[in-house]
Amino acid sequence: MEEAFLLSVLTLDATLRVATPLVLASLAGLFAERSGIVDIGLEGKMLGSAFAAAAVAAVSGSAWLGLVAGIGVSIALALLHGFACITHRGNHVVSGVAINILTAGLTVMVGIAWFSRGGQTPALPDGARFTAIVWPGAQALAGIPVFGTLYKELLSGHNILVYVAFLAVPLTWWVVYRTRFGLRLRAVGEHPEAVDSAGISVAGLRYRAMICCGVLCGIAGAYLSTAQNAGFGRDMTAGQGYIALAALIFGKWRPVPAMLACLLFGFLDAIAARLQGVELPMIGAIPVQFIQALPYVLTVVLLAGFIGKAVAPRAIGEPYVKER
Amino acid sequence: MNEGPARPPRWVGMVLIPLVNLTLALAIAGLIILSIGENPLTALRFLLFGAFGYIEGLGYTLYYTTNFVFTGLAVAVAFRAKLFNIGGEGQAYIGGLGVGLVALAFDDTLPLVLMVPLAIAAAAAFGAAWAYIPAYLQARRGSHIVITTIMFNFIAAALMVYLLVNVLIKPGQMSPESREFAPSAWLPFMHEALGWFGIAMARSPLNLSFLWALVCCVLVWAFIWHTRWGYEIRTVGGNEAAAVYAGIRPTRVIILAMCVSGALAGFVGVNEILGVHHRLLLNFTAGYGFTGIAVALMGRNHPVGILLASLLFGALYQGGAELAFEIPAITRDLVVVIQGLVILFSGALEYMFRPQLERLFTRRGAALPVEG
Repeated sequence: MEEAFLLSVLTLDATLRVATPLVLASLAGLFAERSGIVDIGLEGKMLGSAFAAAAVAAVSGSAWLGLVAGIGVSIALALLHGFACITHRGNHVVSGVAINILTAGLTVMVGIAWFSRGGQTPALPDGARFTAIVWPGAQALAGIPVFGTLYKELLSGHNILVYVAFLAVPLTWWVVYRTRFGLRLRAVGEHPEAVDSAGISVAGLRYRAMICCGVLCGIAGAYLSTAQNAGFGRDMTAGQGYIALAALIFGKWRPVPAMLACLLFGFLDAIAARLQGVELPMIGAIPVQFIQALPYVLTVVLLAGFIGKAVAPRAIGEPYVKER
Repeated sequence: MNEGPARPPRWVGMVLIPLVNLTLALAIAGLIILSIGENPLTALRFLLFGAFGYIEGLGYTLYYTTNFVFTGLAVAVAFRAKLFNIGGEGQAYIGGLGVGLVALAFDDTLPLVLMVPLAIAAAAAFGAAWAYIPAYLQARRGSHIVITTIMFNFIAAALMVYLLVNVLIKPGQMSPESREFAPSAWLPFMHEALGWFGIAMARSPLNLSFLWALVCCVLVWAFIWHTRWGYEIRTVGGNEAAAVYAGIRPTRVIILAMCVSGALAGFVGVNEILGVHHRLLLNFTAGYGFTGIAVALMGRNHPVGILLASLLFGALYQGGAELAFEIPAITRDLVVVIQGLVILFSGALEYMFRPQLERLFTRRGAALPVEG
């Protein structure tokens, strides 16, 4: 019993670690999509940031400088997306695909030119990474049953970006639902004409939303290369940007449900690693690939309208042309 | 005299704008090469020589071209109905599964003349089936095709890993691959086929599926512009509301366009599985499905344009490999960068230069077309 409890707490702990970049990226997508910009490019922004963060951290020895560089690159890519979609009324999906492909090639090419390690950045020492923060009294309280274990394993012992990610959820909620900017953001995604007729710049709002998106994707990328791992590797995002997008849709473009979807997808990932080759009673061994494909299958089923209805912001993907 | 708004000559849209976009993409790639301390002109020379300079290189170029024709046509047919099929990668993967299953089942019983049409049919059926579900969901349940096709890429990848690791793997082998097909079921290589006529050609992976790619270009052209279905697809893509008034049912057209698109993407499996690898294996699609997006955008969704754009990307892939060999600092990732830049300039930023360029070549004094 005690052991089973510890095992499930450890699985939840792994869930938090896996879900962190997903939460950050899907909040990033939330800002973009709520303002009416389709963002397939979450993946590319994360990848670009992961590379920049690892490269700068490796050279400077500071994880924080790496984080700043990662956010910078991610914002630049977000603004490029904005430039194409907002200023030049380009196709949002095409632009997102371009950014994903561009960063996939560029990160490796520049990585080889700078570090000559086949696209990887040098392994980061602990000083140049975001390492685990042990909360006060974690060891002392560990002896208390249930609470002690939860405190030590689940709450304590993560790096700072994990806490940032989960604090970003209420913050995003507050910004989107309780501030003037948030109200306008939601309006511009639903009915840009109304926002425009109130004398507010549609393009300005959408650009600001893209900057928010860039910041969050930047943190997500830096987490991958300087916190979860110790360095950048080719294509290290491995589809997480798309999973985050799926989680955003699964959460119906709202912050808290999107976070819950990220936790669900993270949990599936954590459990897939543990279930490898395990025979379950009654069911037998579940193929790992089945659990890995589940987030995508669930998203398709949701989109098909079989579990609730996912309704996108109304003006999403449509370029806004001011009437003359 | 000609009334109404003046239009720029057709060659501006068909030739000049793609060339401007390509030049921009190559110029930026050149700057990147310069910034990592290499000479872009030397790089270009190695690239061109690698792609066209000798027969084996040319063979590789045309082998890549074959894949890009299939995926480019796939994206273009969907584009004609205003659908964005990002799922070419998954459809090609599953199409290859169809080819592999047929070959594994009949490789020592069927003669090649029956095997090839059967494999082509299987590739089309499997690819179309994989595109059918997202198409159905878009047409009937309103779920967005971009998202569902992305999801289906990942589902296809997971399915293939499962099948190859657990079901189709050759017993007593570690790597997840099926057994090799009997040689009688291999699609002949081009150097073998030319050998029948006494023409000697250096060995390369180029095989007879290249001819099928050319046939597909003609078939797609005929389908889009000379059949009723093609007309319906273009009408729905142009104006869905008008199509409904004309008695066209968009749900049927969406499903048809996507199935044709999926079938075309599936043909990558014929080239890769029956033509080159002769066994089922993982990741044989290698991003060809995504390159198809760049090919279709660059080729303006027309078979002729797509053939030329495929040749361009085939040359970039092959020349890029050669380039990486000559200048180790420049890897094939350069090609991926160029691909991204081409999609950016000819897709996402297509309206950045087009109005100015078109205005430049529109007859002076005539009313200027207003970009919508």
